[in-house]
Amino acid sequence: MAEQPVDVLIIGAGASGAAVAWSLADTRMHIVCLEQGDWMNPAEYPSSGRDWESRAFGDMAISPNRRGRPTDYPVNDSNSPIAVANFNAVGGSTILYAGHFPRFHPSDFRVASLDGVGDDWPLDYETLEPFYAEDDRMTGVSGLSGDPAYPAKQSVLPPVPLGKSGDTLARGFNDLGWHWWPSDTAVATAAHDGRDQCINLGACTSGCAQGAKASTDITYWPHAMRAGVEVRTRCRVREISVNDDGMASGVWYYDADGEERFQAAEVVVMACNGVGTPRILLNSTSEQFPDGLANSSGLVGKNLMFHPYASIQGIFDEELDGFRGPGVCIWSKEFYETDESRGFVRGFTYEINRGRGPVATAMTGMMSGRIPWGAEHHRAYRDLFCRITGMVAICEDLPEEHNRVTLDPELSDIHGIPAPKIDYTLSENSRRMLDFAVERASEVLRAAGATDIISESPIAAGGWHLMGTARMGKDPARSVVNEWGRSHDVKNLFIVDGSIFVTSAGVNPTRTIQALALYIADQIKKRLANLFD
Amino acid sequence: MSEDTIATDNPLNASQESALAAIVGAMIPASEEYAVPSAADPIIFADILTLVKRHPEPVVEGLAALDDIAESRHGGPFSALGDEDKAAAIAAFSQSGNQHLRAIVSMTAQCYYRDDRVMASLGMEPRPPFPKGFEVEQGDLSLLDPVRARGRIWREA
Ligand SMILES: Cc1cc2nc3c(=O)[nH]c(=O)nc-3n(C[C@H](O)[C@H](O)[C@H](O)COP(=O)(O)OP(=O)(O)OC[C@H]3O[C@@H](n4cnc5c(N)ncnc54)[C@H](O)[C@@H]3O)c2cc1C
Repeated sequence: MAEQPVDVLIIGAGASGAAVAWSLADTRMHIVCLEQGDWMNPAEYPSSGRDWESRAFGDMAISPNRRGRPTDYPVNDSNSPIAVANFNAVGGSTILYAGHFPRFHPSDFRVASLDGVGDDWPLDYETLEPFYAEDDRMTGVSGLSGDPAYPAKQSVLPPVPLGKSGDTLARGFNDLGWHWWPSDTAVATAAHDGRDQCINLGACTSGCAQGAKASTDITYWPHAMRAGVEVRTRCRVREISVNDDGMASGVWYYDADGEERFQAAEVVVMACNGVGTPRILLNSTSEQFPDGLANSSGLVGKNLMFHPYASIQGIFDEELDGFRGPGVCIWSKEFYETDESRGFVRGFTYEINRGRGPVATAMTGMMSGRIPWGAEHHRAYRDLFCRITGMVAICEDLPEEHNRVTLDPELSDIHGIPAPKIDYTLSENSRRMLDFAVERASEVLRAAGATDIISESPIAAGGWHLMGTARMGKDPARSVVNEWGRSHDVKNLFIVDGSIFVTSAGVNPTRTIQALALYIADQIKKRLANLFD
Repeated sequence: MSEDTIATDNPLNASQESALAAIVGAMIPASEEYAVPSAADPIIFADILTLVKRHPEPVVEGLAALDDIAESRHGGPFSALGDEDKAAAIAAFSQSGNQHLRAIVSMTAQCYYRDDRVMASLGMEPRPPFPKGFEVEQGDLSLLDPVRARGRIWREA
């Protein structure tokens, strides 16, 4: 069945889809967003129930394969040491994100010129700065101005509390003379734009029942919808079709009843994330585009970057925050920039992630052998409960073409659309960076008073940042979209999600994904008269 | 009909159920000192069984591995062993590195550490985090003085 054509069709209602929809809404064009997931009901998030930690292993798990909701699609990540994490709903993966909200650093846009690796971005920090600021207002970024690791930037709300964990680790960083600063976060520390302030529920990565965390279902979407954008849920796009002129003509999708439908559109915007977007592009084959849409460079799906993560936790004698408070706290940029004497290029951010709940404490203790079975269980458990804090290291992942998303020849979702298959290996540079990060973090934890260290490197479940699989650039042979997000091959097709990242930086990506989405929307608005030239 | 459904819904037979109770009871026994029940306590174990129903495979496989250990070391299935041999078989299973142990440990921890009596013993109120939330200290931002004194560290691009 076919629908009336729309001016702009956005696929995916996550971080980037929401931002681009909101910005384009001022054009008064007819804008529709197709989203395979549902609207979430915050009252049903895990922290409203006694089984709040348990649901992170079930219906709110970060792995779509484990969660297996009808709104999810499976991902074959068996050939990767890092598993894909996401969420499929209005709000996308921001439903589960922790809310670490760093910007890229100016140097991140010029890694080839500065360090001779990867490629430079076709735009710079200054160009994105006003869009970062716009995103900060919409998100309600909490933080403390004056971080010497960044050019000047304003925070919208006060920083999250340091708590006992932040306080303790800050002393460790000070002991070693290393940088630290209260993190910029997407967690509202005061009421903001109809959202309530954080009350330290501590279960941010299972959805925020308080509505303090800025998932886009409660930030951008209400504004975009009031401005006339229509969101259709439970609509899963299978492929983008093209007309004889090689322009996108619309999309084929399955609606909530499983009916196949066609939605015609003047402009198609992909916002399905770094795995979902290449999946649909590769599945959109035609006579004109036999290797998938927008793929004349052969780079759709290639250069997948995850950010290899290490987790380094210390065990302390005194009681710390434990299960209380958001997982965001303070960060350190001490090892952010290249210093080749360390044995690797580029660098990483440490993010202190406070503590853990009673179940997670038991799991950590029993699986690491620190809590024995039997009568000694209880004493050993109490030695760990509310006494663990530490950090993760987010390592810059460099683009490598062999790290990629392809279509799985056998696995498919409930509609028969091929599932994405991930092939990914850790580079030698990443391994060295991870090892270095674990060693230095252990030093800071010990300086802060830790008596024992538990580490995991890389975090096997930590493929939550999905980037690089439809990179931007000026050269059509070396990139999929141009410097303002338009496909080189298909002039009415745009990509606004993490796929377009050229390099990954050593920070969480969402603030940059959204700044880019706002920038691309702005470019579209400025070029409406000759958008397809 | 409903009885049939319940019977067929239960992925564990009686002897598997009792083996699982023995495992979780050995993992987390009751403690008078801390005023906590064992993980095989009827309320907690019923909760564990609810979880097992949702994800039975690893538990069933884990119990089969326990039977293998009982067979090879003590010459019979776990259910036929005396108390001492049962305890020895469970101890060997707990050290075996069996890939399904993680699931059994996880389900036990999930149910044990949300029991009212256990939470009370840990000094926690027996309630979900929302809507009351928790207090977290603001902390001492004067700790930033040395960081500020060091000055800018970002790299010009
Ligand atoms: C557990 C976890 C923790 C995280 N923590 C952080 C953090 O602290 N800081 C940070 O910056 N980032 C974090 N992230 C990552 C962050 O959530 C993502 O970077 C961000 O959401 C990506 O935005 P996006 O628009 O590219 O994709 P998404 O937000 O993933 O949205 C994509 C949307 O497209 C929809 N979609 C996909 N395919 C189709 C289709 N065929 N048809 C219709 N709809 C489709 C999906 O259902 C989804 O809603 C975290 C992620 C997870 C899972």
